[in-house]
Amino acid sequence: MTDAVLSIRNLTAFYGDFQALFGVDLTLQRGQALAIIGANGAGKSTLMRAITGILSSPAEAIQLNGRPIGALSAPEVLEAGISMVPEGRRLFPSLTVEENILIGAHSRTGNGYWTLEAIYDLFPILKECRHNPGTALSGGQQQMVAIGRALMSNPDVLLCDEISLGLAPVIIRDIYASFPRIRESGASVIVVEQDIGQALKVADHVCCMMEGRITLSGAPGELSRDAIHDAYFGVSA
Amino acid sequence: MIWVDTIVQGILLGGLYALFAAGLSLVFGIMRLVNLAHGDLIVLAAFLILTVVNLLGLNPFVAALIAAPVMFAVGWLLQSYVLNRVLGDDILPPLLVTFGLSVVIQNGLLESFSADSQKLSAGPIEAASLPLGPITVGVMPLLTLISAVVVIFALNQLFYRTKLGQAFRATSDDAVTAGLMGIRPRNVFAIATGIAMVVATIAALYLGIRANFDPSIGPARLIYAFEAVIIGGLGSLWGTLAGGILIGVAQALGAAVNPEWQILAGHIAFVIVLLIRPRGLFPRAND
Ligand SMILES: Nc1ncnc2c1ncn2[C@@H]1O[C@H](COP(=O)(O)OP(=O)(O)O)[C@@H](O)[C@H]1O
Ligand SMILES: [Mg+2]
Repeated sequence: MTDAVLSIRNLTAFYGDFQALFGVDLTLQRGQALAIIGANGAGKSTLMRAITGILSSPAEAIQLNGRPIGALSAPEVLEAGISMVPEGRRLFPSLTVEENILIGAHSRTGNGYWTLEAIYDLFPILKECRHNPGTALSGGQQQMVAIGRALMSNPDVLLCDEISLGLAPVIIRDIYASFPRIRESGASVIVVEQDIGQALKVADHVCCMMEGRITLSGAPGELSRDAIHDAYFGVSA
Repeated sequence: MIWVDTIVQGILLGGLYALFAAGLSLVFGIMRLVNLAHGDLIVLAAFLILTVVNLLGLNPFVAALIAAPVMFAVGWLLQSYVLNRVLGDDILPPLLVTFGLSVVIQNGLLESFSADSQKLSAGPIEAASLPLGPITVGVMPLLTLISAVVVIFALNQLFYRTKLGQAFRATSDDAVTAGLMGIRPRNVFAIATGIAMVVATIAALYLGIRANFDPSIGPARLIYAFEAVIIGGLGSLWGTLAGGILIGVAQALGAAVNPEWQILAGHIAFVIVLLIRPRGLFPRAND
């Protein structure tokens, strides 16, 4: 039996005249961790922007728990239950670490699993620097703040756009160590990664994007290296 | 002793300029919008208070309590239906629109109230004064400065201690990411302009009690306000208070030397500060 929390059908996206997504289909099962891999410029962040309402889409193209949300604005999508750790973290420089986390609950607190205390429990280092400006932290700590901020709305679906970008391997390991608890909290997760190895490790389903299309989809164990290579870089001539 | 007196009078005058500037500073800090109609909106508020005084026979202080929520609504509507539509990466459209608004308000007031100068009468308190050591200060100027400090303090509390203030700062940092937090930047901007108009009403109250006003005086108030904001450092509310006081003191000193130099001295102080510190006295770190 399948129980889709998020389903995307024939999604297109444009920047002005430039078409960035061409009929993307994607289903996120409840409780699943889905990884989207793909080279730079493949359209991964565009897909995230479309889901979160930063880019507008046809209403029916995106459904959350069976409810069409494609036409909603970003605040409405957040309130419907999707939150995002955006590419590049995008902490608010004028806010302290603690305020950056708290603002994630500005207009939705959800089921209440994630509170400020729960976030500090997940990332204890953040409690020590909670009164610092968010942007005074190291890259890894900033990423933890961005994850904490996104969790504060207790989302049904958490989107993470390239959380390992620019971070050292040990830091990436620490950050991904938080994922079992995030999934335990009831959130279904989509992680966007350029790092294929990382993606295969955390996900129970992997989709590969290239040039605005999904070119491969399957469980990590089912996908051969060659198939991933072809889907990622295009079939070598 | 005369110099001490002059400087104290200048500081008190600076309170009025800080009140002119506080709303401008708030709006600029949140949405990078320079509202060229700010001075005219203060004059509009002064006429609104005057109308309430005349219609209901109230003291101007009480009338201002009625005018303030009306001006909040004016600010909210102005932002929601006009300014939000022109805010964007290009700073020219909002400048043009607020310049047009300035002309519209001036002409509207001229039609409705004529070019005659008006004054708000607060009664005996206007002439009251307090001995303060070797000098005497007027109760009204003192009240003006105290109000300015209270307003700036309250705005700072709002900015740094409330959830709304967090939304203000987050939106000003990055409106797109603020949207991902469920914040609606347009609503935030509308509330901010509403609050700025409440502050403008307080400024109008003291302006109208202190001196005559007529529909044409808005742009000159805008210039003082603008100078105070720039001297203080864009986006810093306490800086705006300091900027207002600096202009007030410069004007008072100029006037003490030669009454004709009052206005000029204020502008010269502005230019000198800009030459020494182009980003103002208290620039925000992340601008
Ligand atoms: N704001 C934008 N305006 C125009 N084109 C954009 C914009 N953002 C991304 N693109 C284009 O859309 C395509 C997909 O970009 P993006 O979704 O950021 O890729 P990815 O996240 O997979 O690296 C690229 O060709 C990129 O140049
Ligand atoms: Mg990207």
